[in-house]
Amino acid sequence: MTTHTPHPDLPPPSTSVGVIGWLRANLFSSWANSLLTLAAAYLLYLTIPPLIDWSLIKADWVGETRDACDSGGACWVFVSVRLNQFMYGLYPESEYWRINLAAVLLVLLMIPLFIKRFRAKLWLGLFILFGYPVIAFYLFSGGVFGLEYVETSRWGGLTLTLVLSSVGMAASLPLGILLALGRRSTMPIVKALSVVFIEFWRGVPLITVLFMSSVMLPLFLPEGTHFDKLLRAMIGIALFQSAYMAEVVRGGLQAIPKGQYEAAQALGLSYWKSMSLIILPQALKLVIPGIVNTFIALFKDTTLVLIIGLFDMLAMIQAALADPNWLGYAIEGLLFAAFVYWIFCFGMSRYSLALERKLNTGHAR
Amino acid sequence: MTDSSNSRSDPAAPAGPMVEMRHVHKWYGQFHVLKDINLNVDKGERIVICGPSGSGKSTMIRCINRLEEHQDGQIIVDGTELTDDVKHIDQIRREVGMVFQHFNLFPHLTVLENCCLAPIWVRKEPRRNAEQAAMKYLEKVKIPEQAKKYPGQLSGGQQQRVAIARSLCMNPSIMLFDEPTSALDPEMIKEVLDTMIELAESGMTMLCVTHEMGFAKTVANRVIFMDGGEIIEQNEPEEFFNNPQSDRTKLFLSQILAH
Amino acid sequence: MAAEHTPQSSTSKVPLWRLPAFRAILFQVLLVLGILAFGNFLLSNTLQNMEQRGITTGFGFLDNAAGFGILQSLIPFDETDSYGRTFIVGLLNTLLVAALGILFATFLGFFIGVARLSKNWLVARLATVYIETFRNIPLLLQIMFWYFAVLRPLPRPRQSLSVGDSIFLNNRGLFIPRPVAEDGFGLVLAALLLAVIGSILLVRWAHRRQEATGQQFPGGLVSLAAIIGLPLATYWLSGSPLHWDYPVLGGFNFSGGLEVIPELAALVLALSIYTAAFIAEAVRSGIQAVSHGQTEAAYALGLRPRLTLKLVIIPQAMRVIIPQLTSQYLNLTKNSSLATAIGYPDLVNVFAGTTLNQTGQAVEVIAMTMGVYLFISLVISTFMNWYNKRKQLIER
Repeated sequence: MTTHTPHPDLPPPSTSVGVIGWLRANLFSSWANSLLTLAAAYLLYLTIPPLIDWSLIKADWVGETRDACDSGGACWVFVSVRLNQFMYGLYPESEYWRINLAAVLLVLLMIPLFIKRFRAKLWLGLFILFGYPVIAFYLFSGGVFGLEYVETSRWGGLTLTLVLSSVGMAASLPLGILLALGRRSTMPIVKALSVVFIEFWRGVPLITVLFMSSVMLPLFLPEGTHFDKLLRAMIGIALFQSAYMAEVVRGGLQAIPKGQYEAAQALGLSYWKSMSLIILPQALKLVIPGIVNTFIALFKDTTLVLIIGLFDMLAMIQAALADPNWLGYAIEGLLFAAFVYWIFCFGMSRYSLALERKLNTGHAR
Repeated sequence: MTDSSNSRSDPAAPAGPMVEMRHVHKWYGQFHVLKDINLNVDKGERIVICGPSGSGKSTMIRCINRLEEHQDGQIIVDGTELTDDVKHIDQIRREVGMVFQHFNLFPHLTVLENCCLAPIWVRKEPRRNAEQAAMKYLEKVKIPEQAKKYPGQLSGGQQQRVAIARSLCMNPSIMLFDEPTSALDPEMIKEVLDTMIELAESGMTMLCVTHEMGFAKTVANRVIFMDGGEIIEQNEPEEFFNNPQSDRTKLFLSQILAH
Repeated sequence: MAAEHTPQSSTSKVPLWRLPAFRAILFQVLLVLGILAFGNFLLSNTLQNMEQRGITTGFGFLDNAAGFGILQSLIPFDETDSYGRTFIVGLLNTLLVAALGILFATFLGFFIGVARLSKNWLVARLATVYIETFRNIPLLLQIMFWYFAVLRPLPRPRQSLSVGDSIFLNNRGLFIPRPVAEDGFGLVLAALLLAVIGSILLVRWAHRRQEATGQQFPGGLVSLAAIIGLPLATYWLSGSPLHWDYPVLGGFNFSGGLEVIPELAALVLALSIYTAAFIAEAVRSGIQAVSHGQTEAAYALGLRPRLTLKLVIIPQAMRVIIPQLTSQYLNLTKNSSLATAIGYPDLVNVFAGTTLNQTGQAVEVIAMTMGVYLFISLVISTFMNWYNKRKQLIER
């Protein structure tokens, strides 16, 4: 009997590891690759230093008027002077605290969602989705508890963007689920109606929907009914996105094996119980990335309300661009807006990736 | 290291090994996967390679047709040394057929098209000839009637037999098998093994990574045991199973032969 | 008990409302009645409202003179033309933007998508940055950026940026030379046609020869050379029967040449760049959907990387890419309606905007506009279903 003495682990040749190995493998593995690397590096050299120089080093940050911008770089003074308007729109300045309070409240409500030990996440989530908007609505519009009434036409800026998108999300998810269930229903009329509804909204651009809600809704309703412009836009966005949501949810429903449906039936659960307790929790979990993608699309789509005359953040910036005292700062204004939207959208997509990883309970995909 | 002497059971084999590996080393990043591998495979030899998972056995045979690159040492296949030279790689890949654990049939092509693809595009054969040859091999693996079907319509065992036929269509002089039965249901393992036994009897040079010890006993000339990236022991099957030399071989054999 | 053993076979004993089938029918009948009632409510309100405002229903307004001009039109149009014609002008402008956008977005998207999978770390990173930047910024903002921040602040025509006195870029748009055909240019076109037909025959011959003898012929390469070379040679031999109409600065603006208005340029730029990010993701997911085992199997059979790509990877990747690509094309077409934000005269801007405001025929105009987009969607989704059925991998 022999006892084998294992061969010792040797370090790899220096050309395949470390900085040099990494460079060889990833940047200079062949002459074509090296050329590509150099071209890309040259491109970066051409764009990045001037961009940093313009946007950070030479930029003007403080001041009150455009005279402060004399160094030839970016004029961020334009943004800082108008920041309140970009955030709050035309909301009365003395009432800003109400929006701030609502924001703080939302953040406080969200914190437990990130705490592992917190049990009632589902209930809290449902409250944030359906209960919180009521509180926020009364905070924003006032007229109760001695709060000054602020009509919706004065809501604007990033506040309005967030209001529109959160209402859109809260409304389109349940509506989308209902439509998806309808599309998979065995009742022919229910199914047909769902299909027509979904395909109609998915077939037309959101602008035409917003146009419709702003010019046709007043025609549809009895003479003299006042219908808030913001509400009309919200309805348009919610209906539009619910059709996309329905298709996402339908994908999830289709991915659930037939055995799950049969097992639910075998347990004697009614249709709604088997859906809400067995099928939907699994289906929704499967399509979280799709749902978040729809949310991101919705968030980006809220910018379209500027076309029907609501003052979301982009509209506030566009209005500021037309200010005769501040002509010529379109790049700064629009870059700032792009940055804000990007933070939200990118954050959402990263959060969905993290959530997907966390919720991955070993479903066969 | 134990001895690397060749046990030649096929006296008719001409001199000069089909595959020669000399002091081959390979690393994945910092991880040393192949440590000083020395191996000679003669023409017509049937070698079974076994060992615990992660021991480097798949990596070793994948180095032979350059699906993995070795960083140190020499690999010579049928007189051609494997280098970065694309010409050498092409030449060696034509000589060496490979069968994978997960079949890797092309799902967008029919069984017949799978078999004809390489003969037509690499060997530049007329389609008619390629198809005739392919049918011959499909008959050999006993599924000529499936020629017009797509891989997705076949069972796992049938797919693996098609994969074997697909490799044979290139007239390789060496066949590599990378755990060909591990992804199969028990009742299908036999049909694939039978095909492999038939191939072995026809005199093909074969290197098989497999845990099918029955197969090793019936057809192998030599069994190689690998662990921790090195060849621990190699011997004729009878000696290997009845009188293993190393502790680790014994432990491994007791684990896989226990059931 | 005996009753326990008697199956409840006779439906007469069961109350009707406990039968699932009856419930389903009842529910659907109620649903239809509800929708009819709702529709009737809307319809009667609409009719009443329109009567009140003195709007006549129907499509008669389409024949009335429009009385407004349109910034860009592919067909002759002036104020005296009808509202019906504004619809056509808008529709054509929409189709122009969509076609240009699809062309550029496809090239850019495939390029970025392949770069995203490059083995070159820097190139792959740059592609990722591109994708993550442009798909996370609202399209409307990007359109406004190109229009208000880049194209509008360009210098006036007199200080145009120019390339070799033939291409000019200023705040009025992009001016490039326009090719004008002379007598004999038909010959060049004929040569082009000949080259195309010849190429098709050549590729077929190469394929047949390969089937028969196994010999390969670079049919694609030779065809490309013929398609480019033959017309060029004819052009040169027949004495260059084409001249360029160069833009010339006169007064306040350029005349002659081909004018691309800044609205069109901004819209096409933004749509292409935005959609390319999504197409790149589709391309990436398509290529990644082909497992690494496929490449290994092809290599093990002796196929070179280029042939592996052509015979194994691309055919499989395209099954994943094409459906996503089509839906991105559809999105781009619908998104082109954002034109209205910068005043590019597309269907929505001209017809659902100006025409609607002037005529007040909201219902008809919106219905026609939506109808166009619905029609396009329907055609494309019909194509998609056909394609998916044809290309589905056949499995058990």
